[in-house]
This record gives sequence, structure tokens and C-alpha cells, in this order.
Amino acid sequence: MSVATTIMTPTTLTASVSASNQPLQLGLGSYEGIAPMIVLGLTALALFTVDSVYPDSTNNTLLSGLTVVGSLIALVITGTQLVTGVESTELFSGQLVVDEMSLFFTFIFTSVTALIALASHEYIGDREYQGEYYALVVLAAIGMTLLANSNSFATAFISLELASLPSYALVAYLKDNRGSVEAGMKYFLIGALSSAVFAYGISLVYGVTGSLLFTDVAATLTEGIDGSLTGVLGIGVVMILGGVAFKTASVPFHFWAPEAYEGAPAPISAFLSSASKAAGFVLAFRIFITAFPADAIAGIDWVLAFQILALVTMTLGNFAAATQETVKRMLAYSSIGHAGYVLIALGALTGAADQSFVLSAGMIHLLVYGFMNTGAFLFVALAEHWGIGRTFEDYNGLAKKAPVACAAMSIFLFSLAGLPTGGGMLSKYFLLLGAVNAEAYVLAVGLIVNSALSLYFYSRVVKAMWIEEPASDLTIDGYPTGLYAAIVVAAVVTFLLLPALAIFSDPALTAGSGLF
Amino acid sequence: MMIELLLGVCLVGAVAIFLLPDRYSARLSFGISLLPIIGSLYMYATFDGVGNALLEGSTLAFETKVNWLSIGPYELFYHVGLDGVSMPLIVLTTILTTLAILSAWTPIDERQSQFYGLMLLMEASLIGVFAALDFFVWFVFWEAVLIPMYFLIGVWGGPRRKYAAIKFFVYTNVASLVMFVGFFLLVFGLGDSIQTLGLPAIAQALSAPGAVESIAGMPPNTVKAVAFFLMFAGFAVKVPVVPVHTWLPDAHVEAPTPVSVILAGVLLKMGTYALLRFNFTFLPEIAQQYALILVAFAVVSVIYGALLALAQQDLKRIVAYSSVSSMGYVILGLVAFTLYGLGGATFQMISHGLISGLLFLGVGVIYNTTHTRMVGDMSGLADRMPVTAGAIVAGSFAYMGLPLMSGFVAEFLVFSGSFSADFAYAPLLTAIAMFGIVIVAGYYLFAMQRTLFGQFSVSTDYEITRASAHDVVPLVVLIVLIIALGSVPEIVFDMIEGAIRPMTELTATQQADTGSEMLGLGVSFLGGVLL
Repeated sequence: MSVATTIMTPTTLTASVSASNQPLQLGLGSYEGIAPMIVLGLTALALFTVDSVYPDSTNNTLLSGLTVVGSLIALVITGTQLVTGVESTELFSGQLVVDEMSLFFTFIFTSVTALIALASHEYIGDREYQGEYYALVVLAAIGMTLLANSNSFATAFISLELASLPSYALVAYLKDNRGSVEAGMKYFLIGALSSAVFAYGISLVYGVTGSLLFTDVAATLTEGIDGSLTGVLGIGVVMILGGVAFKTASVPFHFWAPEAYEGAPAPISAFLSSASKAAGFVLAFRIFITAFPADAIAGIDWVLAFQILALVTMTLGNFAAATQETVKRMLAYSSIGHAGYVLIALGALTGAADQSFVLSAGMIHLLVYGFMNTGAFLFVALAEHWGIGRTFEDYNGLAKKAPVACAAMSIFLFSLAGLPTGGGMLSKYFLLLGAVNAEAYVLAVGLIVNSALSLYFYSRVVKAMWIEEPASDLTIDGYPTGLYAAIVVAAVVTFLLLPALAIFSDPALTAGSGLF
Repeated sequence: MMIELLLGVCLVGAVAIFLLPDRYSARLSFGISLLPIIGSLYMYATFDGVGNALLEGSTLAFETKVNWLSIGPYELFYHVGLDGVSMPLIVLTTILTTLAILSAWTPIDERQSQFYGLMLLMEASLIGVFAALDFFVWFVFWEAVLIPMYFLIGVWGGPRRKYAAIKFFVYTNVASLVMFVGFFLLVFGLGDSIQTLGLPAIAQALSAPGAVESIAGMPPNTVKAVAFFLMFAGFAVKVPVVPVHTWLPDAHVEAPTPVSVILAGVLLKMGTYALLRFNFTFLPEIAQQYALILVAFAVVSVIYGALLALAQQDLKRIVAYSSVSSMGYVILGLVAFTLYGLGGATFQMISHGLISGLLFLGVGVIYNTTHTRMVGDMSGLADRMPVTAGAIVAGSFAYMGLPLMSGFVAEFLVFSGSFSADFAYAPLLTAIAMFGIVIVAGYYLFAMQRTLFGQFSVSTDYEITRASAHDVVPLVVLIVLIIALGSVPEIVFDMIEGAIRPMTELTATQQADTGSEMLGLGVSFLGGVLL
């Protein structure tokens, strides 16, 4: 019970904030829906326990193992519910909602957490503060999961903070590394700023609609608001959009991303650019589709705003990625580019076509991206573990020494570029299809141009690994089991998501149509 | 099941070869690649398909259709099956892959397991392209071809291999994206009348009058025309059609011989095959409406490609540019849209696959021995390498369209088809295109005379010896096939005709009903007279 209380505490508080008259509904059956969160919470507690019993322990295997097992149990629970299907249930007076959408994203978060916990086993080796490292990862994962379940601005804000605060510390985990500390600082400052902007936006929306629950906000907006308040509401919506842009690393709040991803420990870069970005998107989907339905909020054209953001974000991300010299920074900018692709899911909600389709295409892309991008960053982690350098040239001829890892990396990169080595091809083309279907031809052209460009810079890494001759002194020491296992698992899943995408595309379609 | 078996053998074989050490891979991959040949020949012999795979009233051979996934309003299927157009192309793929693997034994001396593994992966992707009948399945295979090709050029290619590989990669990928948008413009134009992305369903929905609705203010006919030209632009890169041919000489010249064989022999046919399946089966009326523009592309490709070939000194470049010219004939035949035009275009795909394969192999054997491909660097090779020289002579004559060789049949069919076609100035434009053959004769005769005949001399310091058996066997096999198709074209043309005839009935213009027996007779007669 104590675990449930830890989870309930913030939500109980916000329940009273949201001026709801209903008593708390929390039957026995409700635990089923938040079981993944409870399991993650238990994992975090177990990690704290281990850490307080052996504060100076560097028993990495135990900590990493605990995290992997905990997130795998959560993953299995989520996966089972996702495949069998769930009824959409509201918990805590509507503060949280458990539906296909939340399960779909919880699946992404728990998979990425398991992968990076496995990979961190060798990556952080025998550094200090290992207990804290894994605990913070799990806490951030809980925050993201909670974000996927949020059904009100209050829970959304709190879970956003729960996801962000551990991330700031994790980025700066390499305390003796200048880049890591600087990245953490930068991330924290921009994060704090955008949190403030987000909170202010929420307060404006609350002021106009008198509610924090997404569904209530939508109901009030549909009834119509006083015309003089449209401006206030508009500013609120734009500010909320800013908060979302920060979390998804989209223009104009993307500046932190390249620094943070490059400076952070590579598994954390994987975590932030895959899971944390997906968390930002689920927040965006819930807020803008549930709370601000485009037809109810006629004066404020957020679809157009997302179209512009999508175009600018994907173009900026990809063009910047094409000019990078280090692989990790290239992946960081490519991550911004992919945020731009997924923004199409919101920018294509023009009402010209079947809306749930393009939304689910975005979700599918985030799922596949969770594996292929995590895998790519973990390969960078492997390279950092070997200490072979960061630039493209440093990877020259690596395939001769480590063919399996390089084959996996090629799978990730080609899948990122939209070639059929993995599910990334299908999801990217589904987004293109969605853009054409919504008659957003500018977005379609933007996607084509960016996609072509991305093939160029992704294949630079492939070229370095397989085609270039190795430098004479290229040596690698050992094949770290955990990192290798994580990379190979990510590669296998990425590939399998091509033929077996149906397992996830059907829930994604259900989830997508559930929001409208 | 047979198609899955072919794919499975190639994929499992590829994985096995990747994992085994280099010293086994050459022979093992040859052995494995014989299985798809046996399989495809068996399929060819027991082929029972009727009609065109995309059109009504057809029975597909070796069909499989399983639910894959659903996306938005569309159900996607794993749907494969063969008709008279795809069956011969699959046999061509399996045969050329094995011959290419044999020809790789001499020149490929490093990272063999990766090379042969990639060759088998490529074979699987190519079979998939020709067999797939659902858009996304087809598209996955279509894009999958790029990956092994990128590595095969990039790792084992010539001095400028990195540039050639990335140029090929990006160029053809952009083309795919453009084609994708065109295709979906058409699909969205169909609106609710289709619930799948199966190519047959789309083709049949399009044949209904008024099927396409207007999109974004464009009237239906504009939608169709825009879709047609977006798809045409996408496929034209693969064919390639002038002016989007510039990736081809780089890729061909830098690729190692076995890869050039697949590139010219099969990869280019992906483009023309897709044009036939998509543009000309989906939207024949648009093709007829804009026939003059399309024919202009074809004629320019024929003449310009031939002139470029004429200007080359590198034997491989000559063969590469003459491919541009030959693929122009395929386009010409497609636009003609008569039984002989379409049939001839399909026949030319097979024939050109064999002939260009033969020439690339021949040039490859010369290069392996002399280490040069420049026309000016050698002469009189026929004395020292009689079999190879004979093969190149045979290939050149086939290219020029000498009777009793497959090139003659193909070009004869295309020209007779386009002569009687409906578009304006058909006879005149055909005559201009025919002039391409004169240029072909010019540059091949010139190149042969300089390199093969006359006084023996080679400017590089290598001993010139007879080619080894595994280099000669592919040449002989190809010559036999070329002559077989040239003298008894019915063995392939009957099958092609079965799939082409329903297409010609799509449009109002009906062709005079002339059987292929007539054709065979005519060809044999003409051949006899000329000999």
C-alpha cells in the first residue's frame, strides 16, 4: 500500500485543486491500469533501499539488473494490456486516464528504460553514485508514464516536472566532465524557463475556462467563451505550445537538445531523445486534441502553428545534422529532425481527411524511433566505452573489428533514414501519406527534401564503418555484454517492427481514434 | 508457396554466408544460388497464370495473400503472385545472379562472405519487387534493393566508388519519394472506392469511368496527370531516362563486374517494370494523351544515350551508356501501347538483361586480365582470348539487333508496335529512334575493331592468358540464351503476350489479332534470308 500512496500523493492534491465535487473513485480494478507505474515505483524504492543499505557499493550488476527487471515487468504488464485491449477508464476524479494511448506510450517508456539500464551496466562502469543514477532513470520514467496518463493540466504539469528534474541531474551525471556539467546547466535553465512558461499558460487557460481537466476545458470551449477572452486564451495556448516544444525538443525551444544530448552520458542521451521526446508528444496529443479541439477553438489556429513548427523543426534539424562533425551531435540534430516529422501528426489535423490515421502514424513513428534511435545512441555509448573518438572519421573501419555492432548500427541508421531495414520506413511513409492525405503538401515536400538529405548524413556513418579503411591504431578492448545485448535487442526489435508492425499499428489506430 | 521458398532460400543463404568464413563463401553462394534457378525454372514450366495480374479476369500463378496490417482506411496485405510479365523477369533475376556470382570468383578477393551474402540479399529483394502485388510490400522490396547495392558499389567498386555509391543511393531514394507522393495522390483521388492498396484493386478501380475525384481544387484529369508524371519522374530515374540518367554511368563504371551485371541486367528493369505496372496499366488514357511528350523522352534517351556511348573510350562506359539507349526503346514500346509495342518492351527487358549482362561480363573478363578498360590501351585481344572476344562480338551483334538474336526480336517488335501506334507522327518518331541502331553499330564496331582485332598489343604489364572456366561459362550460357530467345521467341513471348493482351484492351484502340506464331515465323524467315 505504501507504494500506492507515494504515487497517489501528488494526484490526490491536484484532485482537490481541480474543483471537482465527486469523491475519489479508486476501486480495486483501477490498480490494474496504473500497475506499470506501481511496478516502476517499487523498482525505484528497491533501488533506494539497496543504495541506503550499501551507500558506497559499486555493485553495478545488482542495480542495473533491478532496473532492467523492474522495467521489463512493467513492460510485460503494459504489453499484455495493450494487446488484449482496455476500456478507457478515468481515475482519481478524472485526473488520470488509462486508455490505449497511455498504454502505447508506457510501452515505449518502459522499453527504452530497460534498454538503457542494460546498456548502462558497462557504460557507467565503476563510477560513483550508481544507485542514484538508476533511481533517477526510473523516477523520470515514472514521470513520463504519468504524463501519458494525465488528463488534467495539474497532473500534466507535475508529471512533466517529475520527468524533467531527474533528467537535469542525469545529464550532468559525469561530474568530472566539463561538457556534461555544462549541458546539464543549459538543459536546466531552458527547462526551468519553459516550465514557467508552461505553468503560466496553464493559469491563463484556467482563468478563461475555469477548469484544469482536459475534458472540462474542451466542454467549456465548445459552449463558447466570452469573445473578449479569446486573446487571453490564445496567449495561454501559445505558452502551452512552448512547454510542449521544449519537451519534444522542437523549434523554438530546441537549443538545449544538441548540447544536452552531446554532453550527457550516451545512454541518457538515448533516454532523453527517445523516451522523453515521446512523453512530450503524448502531452501534446492529449492537450491539443482533447482539451483544445480544433473545431471548438476556431479563433486560434494551432494546426497552422504546428504545420509551421513541423516544417521549421524538421528542416533545421536535418540541415544542422548534415553539417556536424561528430556522430553524437549528428544524432542529436537528427533527433530534432524526427521531432519535426512527428509534429506532422498534429499539423495534418486539417480536417481534410481521416484524422485518427495521421495521429496513429505519429505514434507508430515514436514507437519505432524509441528503438532505432535508442540503439543508435547506445552504439555511440559503445564507441565512447571503447574510447575510439567522436567524429565520423574515428569510426572508420570499425566494421572490421566489431561487425555485429556495426551491422546493428547500420540497421538503426537506415531505418532512421526511412529504408526498409526496420519499421522506420513504414512509419515515415505513413506520415508522408498522412500529410498528402491532409492536403498539407508543403509538409509533404518538406518531408521529402529532409528525408533525402538525411539519407546522406546517416549513410556517412555507415560509409565510415564499412567502406573506409581503419586507422592503423584502431583497437577496441573487449565486447561489453550488457551494451552489446542492448544494441542487438534494439536492432532485432527495429527490424521486426517492419514485418510485425501490425501488433502495434492496430492499438495505435484504436488509440488515435479514441482521442477524437 | 514457391515465391516464399525462393525468398527464403536467398535470405537464409545470405545469413549463412555472412556468418561463415571467407574461404567457403564463393562456392557455397554459387551452390545456394542454383536453388532459386531450379525453383524459378520449375515455376516457369508449371506456370498456369492467365491474363494480367492487375486486371480483371486474371488468374495469378503462385499467389499468396495474407493480412499484414491496416493503416487508416486501408488494409494492407502481403500479396505476391506472378503473371506473364513478372515470371520471365524472375527467371532472368535468378539466372543473372548465379552468373554474376560465378564471374565474381576472379575479381573479388577481399571480404568475400559479405560480398556474396549481399548478392543473395539483392536477389531476394529483386524477386520481391517483381512478385509483390500490394503497394507497401512492393515498396519495401523496391527500397530494399538500394541497401545491398550501396554496399556492393561502395565497398568493392573502383576508385570513385564512394561518390558513385552515395550518388546512386540519394538519387534513387529521392525518386522513390516523388513516386510515392504521385501514387498516393492517385489513391486519394479514388476516395472511398478502394479499401486496400493492392495494385490489382487500384488498377480495376481506376478503369471505372469517373473513378477519380478532384483533390485540392484540381479537377480529376489534372489529378491523374499530376500523379502520372510524379510516378513517371520517380521511375524514370531507375530506368534511366535522359535527363535523369547521370547516376548510371558513375554507378556502372565504379561497380565491380558482377554488380554491373545485376545493375544493368535487372535493376534497370525495375524502372521499366514499374512504369508498365503503374503508369501504363493504371492510367493508359493519360499515357495516350501525353504520348508525344513521353515519346520525346524515349527518343532523346535512345539518340542521346547512343551519342554519349559513341564519345566514350572506356569499354564499360560504352556498355553503360548504350543501356540508356536500349531502355529508351522500352519506353518507346510502352508508349506505343499496342500489343507488339508493350510485348516488345517487355521482351526487350529480358533481352537487354541478357545482352548487357553478356557485355559487362566480357568486358570484366578483359579487365581482370589486362587491368585496363580503355579502348586505346589494347588491340588484337582476339588472338589471346578467343572465347572472350567471341562473346563480346556476339553481345555487340545482339545489341545491334542481328537476326536470330534476342535483340533483333525485341527491337523488331518495338518498332513494328510503335510504327502503327496512335500518337501523332508515330512513323517519323519511330524512324528517328531506329537511327539509334545505326549509332550502336557504329560504336560497337569501332570498339571491337580497336580492341579485339588487329595487331596484338596491350599497354599494361600483365600476362594475357585465356580466361578460366568459371569466367567463360557465364558468357556461353548467356550467348545460348540470347540465340535461343532470338530464334524461338515464343518460349517467352507467348507468356508475355498472355499478360499484355488484356492491357491493350484497356483502351478503345483494338489491335489486329495476330498471333505470336506469325511473329516466330517472320523472325525465322527474316533471319534465314539475312544469313
